[in-house]
Amino acid sequence: MNSSRKAWNNAVKFIIWFCVVVTVALLIGLIGYILIRGVPYITVELLTTQRSAINGTIGILPNIINTIYLILTTMVVALPIGIGGAIYLTEYAKNRKLVSVIEFATESLAGIPSIIYGLVGMMVFVQGMSMGSGILAGSLTLAIMILPNILRTTQEALKTVPQSYREGAVGLGATKWHTIWTIVLPCTMDGVVGGAILSVGKIVGESAALLYTAGTGYKLVTNYIQALGTSSGSLSVMLYVYYQEYGEVDLAFAIAAILMVIVLIINFLAKFVKKKLKKG
Amino acid sequence: MKVRDTIEKFMNGLFFVCGMVSIAMVVLITAYMVISGLPAIIEIGPIDFLFGTEWASTAADPKYGILPFILASVYGTLGACLIGVPVGLMTAIFLSKIAGKKTAGVVRTAVELLSGIPSVVYGLVGAIILVPLIMNTFSLKNGTCLLAAILVLAVMILPSIISVSETALSAVPPEYEEGSLALGATEMETYFKVSLPAAKSGVAAGIVLGIGRAVGEAMAVMMVAGNVANMPSLFTSVTFLTTAIAKEMSYSGGLQRQALYSIGLILFLFIMIINTIMGRLLKKGDGDKK
Repeated sequence: MNSSRKAWNNAVKFIIWFCVVVTVALLIGLIGYILIRGVPYITVELLTTQRSAINGTIGILPNIINTIYLILTTMVVALPIGIGGAIYLTEYAKNRKLVSVIEFATESLAGIPSIIYGLVGMMVFVQGMSMGSGILAGSLTLAIMILPNILRTTQEALKTVPQSYREGAVGLGATKWHTIWTIVLPCTMDGVVGGAILSVGKIVGESAALLYTAGTGYKLVTNYIQALGTSSGSLSVMLYVYYQEYGEVDLAFAIAAILMVIVLIINFLAKFVKKKLKKG
Repeated sequence: MKVRDTIEKFMNGLFFVCGMVSIAMVVLITAYMVISGLPAIIEIGPIDFLFGTEWASTAADPKYGILPFILASVYGTLGACLIGVPVGLMTAIFLSKIAGKKTAGVVRTAVELLSGIPSVVYGLVGAIILVPLIMNTFSLKNGTCLLAAILVLAVMILPSIISVSETALSAVPPEYEEGSLALGATEMETYFKVSLPAAKSGVAAGIVLGIGRAVGEAMAVMMVAGNVANMPSLFTSVTFLTTAIAKEMSYSGGLQRQALYSIGLILFLFIMIINTIMGRLLKKGDGDKK
């Protein structure tokens, strides 16, 4: 091998390793920096009080509760529709053309940026249906946004169920719905749960779609029904608001550190479920 | 028996409705974007709106030209790709061809975690670390600028580029590579001159996905780009299409608000074009394998 060719090879090898190291170092640097800057400000007071000028407390308890409300409400809306849609596509649909149109629509939904969802959510839910900003408008907007995730992961899980299971059930006299409910769906539970976990991650991290749908409120509302129609900032939204509008950098980093921990947990859980799926 | 049939029919119908929700939502979003976005474009005039270089929505004599936003989005995305695509591609080649199972697992986890980090967190770290760094390095008055947005976006699009490209590269038939190696090419030559061309559709799809992410990102850009409606250059504060909407939505009314909807429509058109290109590329990539 002549020397210039050898030099090219070594140079390319070096560049590849360099890029990989950059990618991994970026992640480690990011996580480390955020935790170092944020963790010292995570106190019991921060986690258990609300922002109040009278008591002099700066707490994010309301935003933690809002985030949980958003996750639950979004999931209640999106899970049945997403799973139902996936069942239709893999088990019922016979028209190839319709299937490809639905799949194209799902792909399109997945590619629409969250600020557009925020815009449409504001026009349709907040103003059009006069829900006002709150958990309900925010959750409905998020539900449309995560629908493709749930639909796709469920569809993939459904495809892994062997055809012979279905034939066996039908051969024993079960109807189609009975087969799906008792044989097919239980086999896909791991996949559905995996998709749901990843969707929770997306909800926790979302901000642009929520800014003008769920709002930026930080008052504690413990009554769920009341929260549906009350401006409620999630953790991510409040990170933005506290940094950009209040200039409270330390508080923003404390929230960022909490978000990072949640992201790590969610990623670990999703991996765990995936591994279990492979074994099963 | 009759009850069973009714249940069957009902469930069939129910699942059909669930399946149609995706289509209904795309139609709803498209309809809302067009209906709310068109009036202001017509009132301002399409040429003035798209190619006007001045945006002064709150001035006494308001100007609604969004060319600065369009160019900022385009330059920002191109810049992010200039940095993100080479780094992402190299990492994808490493993951699919070079890395051992354990190393690949570690790097892959890192990439997944990068994609899971919320955009506001990227924005915060960019605003606290990058912006002062840029300000001091280039001795600017203010570090919030297009360059800061480009650097943050470059990191944010890495995971999309890496994961889609890796899938495409892993799907290249090993015979191709074995043939090349048997003819005396080195491993590196094989990866760049055989594997990469064979996976080009999939790799292109990964890049287009990254472009879509960069064009659509709002919050991270909002926190580092300064949000002034300047014609873009590397060291000036800029507003992207996405941030133009997010910034003024809270206090706008009348024609100003309608103009924001129109910006949304333009952004939506950009994204739909990008989505269509990506769908084509992915389909082509599947065809290549067969």
